Amino acid sequence: MSKGNNAGIGLEHVNVWFGKDEERVDAVKDAGFTVPFGGSFGLVGESGSGKSTILRAITGLAPNWSGNISVLGKELGHDRGKEFYSAVQMVFQDPYASLHPRQTVDRVLTEALTLHGFDNINDCIVKILDDVGLDRSFRFRWPHQLSGGQRQRVAIARALIIEPTILLLDEPTSALDVSVQAEILNLLKRLRRERELTYLMVSHDLAVVGHMCSEIAVMNDGEIVEVLGVEDLRALKAKHPYTKDLLDASVQKRRDE
Amino acid sequence: MKNLLEVKNLTVKFPTRNGIFEAVRNISFSLGRERLGIVGESGSGKSMTGRAILRLIRNPGILEADHITLEGKDLLMLSEKEMYKVRGHRISMIMQDPKFSLNPVMRIGDQICEAYRLHARASKAEAKKKTLSMLENVLIRDPARVFKSYPHEMSGGMGQRIMIAMMLIPDPQILIADEPTSALDVTVQKEVLEIMDKLVRERGMGLIFISHDLNVVSAFCDRVLIMYAGKIVETCRADRLHEATHPYTVGLLNSIPQLEHPADHLQVLQRDEAWSKAPSVSGIVKTEDLA
Amino acid sequence: MSMSANTKNLKKSVSLYEWLTTDSPASRNQARLSSWYMSWLELRSNPMAMFGITILVALLLIAWFAPFLAPHSPFTQDLAARLTPPGEGGYILGSDSLGRDILSRLIYGSRITLYIVSLVALMAPIVGLFVGTAAGYLGGWVDTVLMRITDIFLAFPKLILALAFVSALGAGIENAVLAIVLTSWPPYARIARAETLTIRDADFIHAIKLQGAGPLRIITRHIWPLCISSLVIRVTLDMAGIILTAAGLGFLGLGAQPPSPEWGAMISAGRKFILDHWWVATMPGLAIFIVSLAFNLLGDGLRDVLDPKKSSK
Repeated sequence: MSKGNNAGIGLEHVNVWFGKDEERVDAVKDAGFTVPFGGSFGLVGESGSGKSTILRAITGLAPNWSGNISVLGKELGHDRGKEFYSAVQMVFQDPYASLHPRQTVDRVLTEALTLHGFDNINDCIVKILDDVGLDRSFRFRWPHQLSGGQRQRVAIARALIIEPTILLLDEPTSALDVSVQAEILNLLKRLRRERELTYLMVSHDLAVVGHMCSEIAVMNDGEIVEVLGVEDLRALKAKHPYTKDLLDASVQKRRDE
Repeated sequence: MKNLLEVKNLTVKFPTRNGIFEAVRNISFSLGRERLGIVGESGSGKSMTGRAILRLIRNPGILEADHITLEGKDLLMLSEKEMYKVRGHRISMIMQDPKFSLNPVMRIGDQICEAYRLHARASKAEAKKKTLSMLENVLIRDPARVFKSYPHEMSGGMGQRIMIAMMLIPDPQILIADEPTSALDVTVQKEVLEIMDKLVRERGMGLIFISHDLNVVSAFCDRVLIMYAGKIVETCRADRLHEATHPYTVGLLNSIPQLEHPADHLQVLQRDEAWSKAPSVSGIVKTEDLA
Repeated sequence: MSMSANTKNLKKSVSLYEWLTTDSPASRNQARLSSWYMSWLELRSNPMAMFGITILVALLLIAWFAPFLAPHSPFTQDLAARLTPPGEGGYILGSDSLGRDILSRLIYGSRITLYIVSLVALMAPIVGLFVGTAAGYLGGWVDTVLMRITDIFLAFPKLILALAFVSALGAGIENAVLAIVLTSWPPYARIARAETLTIRDADFIHAIKLQGAGPLRIITRHIWPLCISSLVIRVTLDMAGIILTAAGLGFLGLGAQPPSPEWGAMISAGRKFILDHWWVATMPGLAIFIVSLAFNLLGDGLRDVLDPKKSSK
């Protein structure tokens, strides 16, 4: 595996587990992949495959892990510092749970800025709201005054307002209606181009991942069973039987025209 | 083919502080011995429609319709007591998450037996026999073990199959499935749909399949109704869904990312106010010999 | 001229309502005021809660204007007029065993009731909030130690602890309040801890952690605001109990000392006369009942308005 200029995210022999001794559950077993800097990488699997757990391990939210995780060339220990947080941000799955119910959009964005030492708060907020396609009238709304798609835009704004390099996306559109999903996926693609971001996206939907990512790792039961490029995925050229099953089930949903 | 169910001008409304909110607005459709899909996004009124058929709309919701006829009998004319005989026995409903529809403190076998004995005079032993055979019908490999287990010990897919068993054991004529596979993994979805398909066909039942997933509905159903803002905007045969003409349906179909047809930019649905103002399209299929 | 002034006023008041109920607030203050106003509107639509609020507002006014409202002094004794029935001799609610006007004593006693209630309502939930959120968020041995301390305090019957305080520090209202606070904070700690445990795993907490926020900021600025509604509801529902406990302490002679017109002490003094001169004990009893009921109704109404389940979607 070439190390070259892959200063994005690198995982080697990563294990993540919960519980101890007899109650130990291995959520991720010997996972390894590389996300090149500026690339877009997808992690696909069904529930329980461990894909979200990998994101947690990267962000420091999983306490028990072993192996080698490096971000932007630096190896990660058990704690994460300010440097990490200003480089890596995450967008969560459930738009109804990722915003504090008692905080306005303005408050959420302001706090992110103050925690990272930005001082032109008003300008940053106005600009990011524009960038994510939210009208200025949304700035002082409470979460319950926003639709699912609007909340997800706020979550994206919160992640990007501090100008990170890497964005982790945990099923960002699976809780959204199909029409809203299209808007959010378009938005994410545009922002990635404009800001030259690196994406690591987790999803159970092969079509979404095929749309957004150039390389995809398929996970099953904690293990990465296959890593393939998006062309192969689109051509349904999978090697591992599980990947084949997954492709089968996803594509068969559509009746042949 | 006679129509099993006919719904005419169904409206469901809820009074709120800001006026009356109409979740379902004057829709009409019929169901024969077929699989009818009702597709829509959140807020389209599709789930409310399913509940309205079973008269499960509680205060302060208001249910109005010209008639909801089940094999000639108008359900709106029945008393609540008479509705008990309809629910479960003639029309059954499966919901999205078996975690929330199965009683967590009762064993699975007991729950299914209870469902059976509510509508059939049967002894405990007979009910148990029927339950075990029903569990086999839904392709559960070890029915005796599942009979004694609790719901939390089952996976999502098994839970949903158990729900199907429980809802089909009283031999209803119509099954309403409200997003039955949305909470399941893709590979498990396939299995559950196949089981539903087999049972519905074998028993000559009518199936109403409510979902937001256009792909699943078009592959699984015979006929599709597309709902938007409480109205039916289009009806068509499921295998002709890609030939749909209403801009909303076309827009929805085009905004779904597809593996085989990569696009740099997904088409975004442009909503038109006119869609929610236009009258509902009728989903009633006229048959030659209506009772 | 007056027509246009009227329409101008009409326009202004319509737009104030609109300003407060807008879907898109334009500033932080508008957002906050709008949120309070919407909650108020919801509370206002609950007649029982409004009944409770009315009584409590009346209580506040009575306490504030006591010197103007009381027909007599609460302390003046008139042994010749002792135990006068209600309505006779100018004593609207009768007089007690020392000839003091019961109505005036009730009116001045409302100040004491409010004093006790506000001290306890402020201190007990705050102590509970600190302990509960720290235990819930930090977990581990901090949680274990704090919860065992909570259990210890929970095990104390309120009156026994009050007796202990009184013997140590002397009788008096402040010590009675202290005793009540020390025995009533544990349930708030438990509530706060339970809420914290739920909130701790929410995505919005993960998100703020990923922004680099430390535990102190997360607890104080993100978790406390969400716990406060449960605590407020619990406090209003506990008010009845607090008033009764204070009354009980007064009854035992441990709270307010004579001749202070504390309602509980009045009931105690009227005990001896309950059969022939029922009003001496019953009037203060009714006052306690009405105020407790008012707090209960308010608490119920607040629960409907502040229920977190509602505000999460």
